[in-house]
Amino acid sequence: MSAILPAIPIRLEKRTERTPSWVQAATPVGAFLFAFVIVTVILLAGGHNPLQSYNAMLQASVTSTSAISQTLVSATPLLLTGLAAAVAFRMGIWNIGGEGQLYIGAICASGVALAIGAHGIGLALPAMILAAMVGGALWAAIPGLLRAYLNANEILTSLMLNYTAGLLLDWLINDSNSYWRDTSGASAYLVAHGKTIPGAANWPAIGGGNFSVPFGFLVGLVLAALLFVLVRHTWLGYQLRVTADNPGVGRYAGMASKRNFVIVMLLSGAIAAIAGASQVGDFTHILDPTGLQSPQYGYTGIVVAALGRYNPLAVVISALLLGAITNAGINVQSATFPQSLTGVIEGIILFCVLGSEIFSRYRVRVGAEKATVAA
Amino acid sequence: MPNEPDRRVALAAYAVTKRFPGVVANDNVDFEVLGGEVHALLGENGSGKTTLCKMLTGMYQPTAGRIEVDGKSVVMHSPADAHHNGIFMVHQHFSLVERLTVAENVMLGWSLDGSRIRFKRRKAEQEVARLAEQYEMPVDAGKMIGDLSIGERQRVEILKALCRGARVLILDEPTTVLTPQEAERLFASVRGLAKAGNSVIFISHKLHEVLAVSDRVSVLRRGVMTGTVELGDHAAAVDRKELARMMVGREIELGRRQRAARAQEAATAGLEIKELVVHNDLGTLAVDRINLNVAAGEVLGVAGVAGNGQREFAEAIAGVRPRSGGEVFVGGTPVRSGRPLAALAAGMAFVPEDRMGIGLASGIDVAENLVLKSFRTGAFSRGPLIRRGRVVDNANTLLSGYELRGGPSSLVGQLSGGNAQKVLLAREMASQPKVLVIAAPTRGLDVGVTETVRKLIAEAADSGTAVVMISEDLDEVLDLADRVAVMSGGRITGIVDAEGADVEEIGLLMMGQEQAA
Repeated sequence: MSAILPAIPIRLEKRTERTPSWVQAATPVGAFLFAFVIVTVILLAGGHNPLQSYNAMLQASVTSTSAISQTLVSATPLLLTGLAAAVAFRMGIWNIGGEGQLYIGAICASGVALAIGAHGIGLALPAMILAAMVGGALWAAIPGLLRAYLNANEILTSLMLNYTAGLLLDWLINDSNSYWRDTSGASAYLVAHGKTIPGAANWPAIGGGNFSVPFGFLVGLVLAALLFVLVRHTWLGYQLRVTADNPGVGRYAGMASKRNFVIVMLLSGAIAAIAGASQVGDFTHILDPTGLQSPQYGYTGIVVAALGRYNPLAVVISALLLGAITNAGINVQSATFPQSLTGVIEGIILFCVLGSEIFSRYRVRVGAEKATVAA
Repeated sequence: MPNEPDRRVALAAYAVTKRFPGVVANDNVDFEVLGGEVHALLGENGSGKTTLCKMLTGMYQPTAGRIEVDGKSVVMHSPADAHHNGIFMVHQHFSLVERLTVAENVMLGWSLDGSRIRFKRRKAEQEVARLAEQYEMPVDAGKMIGDLSIGERQRVEILKALCRGARVLILDEPTTVLTPQEAERLFASVRGLAKAGNSVIFISHKLHEVLAVSDRVSVLRRGVMTGTVELGDHAAAVDRKELARMMVGREIELGRRQRAARAQEAATAGLEIKELVVHNDLGTLAVDRINLNVAAGEVLGVAGVAGNGQREFAEAIAGVRPRSGGEVFVGGTPVRSGRPLAALAAGMAFVPEDRMGIGLASGIDVAENLVLKSFRTGAFSRGPLIRRGRVVDNANTLLSGYELRGGPSSLVGQLSGGNAQKVLLAREMASQPKVLVIAAPTRGLDVGVTETVRKLIAEAADSGTAVVMISEDLDEVLDLADRVAVMSGGRITGIVDAEGADVEEIGLLMMGQEQAA
């Protein structure tokens, strides 16, 4: 009974001191690398040469200025939805509704662009962002208020609203003669599609030659910095952190926890909606139901946020990483790198990163307990 | 008299050392438990009691030294190995399934006849009933655990161990959850077990319990065994202070608070509670029309068995829980119901019993926890931004007198219970409150921190604060309070002066018998 023990004991000891910051940083990096070890095995099992596949990935995503520009295009929506998820999840609020909030953002932004886009970018750009933020915030307010005042689980309500928003998108373009749908000319009825927004409402890209940074990505960078300051260095952020850590303490100290809950939901929804506005303003210039729904940016944003451990600044890096992988999937569709592999990679990365949490909370000891340890 | 007790060494640790990274939890400890004795293990939190017991029950392996059972050296890799050797531990938190019966719990993962498949209910119930009778631990074998009192559940835990052949029982702070009456019964059971030849290791912080129940006492301090004292029949003669000194290594005051100086202040209004009615989270009546006045500079102790409405009472006064009826006045001003900020503004400080549950945010650092109630004042702000420097300065100032292990940037969740209580007290006393409501002030704290907390309560009263101290520890209430209000079933069943109080009378009040008018 007593001898059933592994030859090399591995023990987990709970960390009693604050986790060193290098461990906090190294853990997701290590998890990321470990994920690629698994991916390598999968590639080998599929009869691919991993080196060729990785080489193709790098060429598509990082080894030239145009490749980097492409990566930024893929990273832009992920950065914004990642920030939206990070701010909510960091505060212990499980907003799964980034996907739907993104659709609503795209609807609002394209509507505004169609209405006033011709008046020039100086008016159109802020108006599009503002309209998207208001729409996304209101959409997110539904699960927020339901949770705060009726105690309805926000995971379920925000998830359900994603489908609602998706159906609304489809209806606007495919099943109605809405303001967004292009109803001029015969082709409009062959394949239903949205109206193209005026060229003056196209968001500017920053850069030159074959290197360019989407405007939405810059918006994301600014938001990341603002969110970091909000969470760490403001009293509102302090109250949110306290309530997230322990709602009982928030109540005990007289914090308006329901109000704070709704504020976070509004903020998260508004940010996710900017991702939708950026899709319309930066890239597609029309409201495209299929193009918005198939990449599932809202859900991938949750992966991005988790990979960045819900820290807004780290989310920038994780968005770039996942952007590069997504980009590789889009541009290297070949025998060496099947596109479906990107989903597999993202899943494995998320799995490894969440699993690696244990290393930041516990210390791992391998080998027998030594008799001499410096005291 | 039963047979002459077996006086051989049943379980022993010799020269046992246990090191953790950076810490020597047990340093060359010798510890012998004789057959048929109750051996108390006394020591402050962090003194190494738990580590020693974990080695005796196979949860840890010693770094050096050896453990012997019946004189034979053994290596135990798991609690199952310890069970094999007849060594069982009853933890503070019971491992019972509420929706199973007593007999089912006793037999869980076990079998009387080796059958792994069939559960013979009647046989199991008979066996449990037999053991219960043998050791005078009455409990109905067919009842659901969920329907039992805490004391009865503890008996089930002990029976579970006995049924599996326990010869050495380790009881970890067994009385923290019990009423005084239940504790008395436990002591009787423990004596009975010892008489039958079993050994009991009794872990406790409480000196009077140790003196009441043990044959010998061993004291651990900072991982070192400072001595073993034979109590024999001379328990009364052993100096409590002597044992306390062995525990903390210095003279400590466990005496009563001096109450003489403050008579003239007694007229000043502190806290007034009128017809207070409070419901608990489930919507049932928890506090039923309580009237109390606490003068400035007075300590009112609220005694009673946990779960008689004390928690709801404290939270309602502090504004954390809405009142269903009645009024609360601080220094003559009415305080609105369920508004912590209004109570705070009126001069209310509240140290809740559930420190980590509502008092402190464990994932936030010490400095930020210390401004939980004062961050709105603007003293720590530049616009909407936090002035971190001032927050840290505030922490250093408040903690200067507290000997806190860890600094302003330590996470509260990584502090020991005693240090967390210091942070909580430092914050609550910082506002120089008119009223302090403090619940379970020293629960789970070691003697050193207990002393600090008691001193602070006395100082608060001396500086004119009206103190409401809610505690299950009657000795503590009697030591510190001017008057004792006894709570039972959501009502104050009586108020007595602490000076010369009759403990038996208080016990009766605790059980719900109302005081004659």
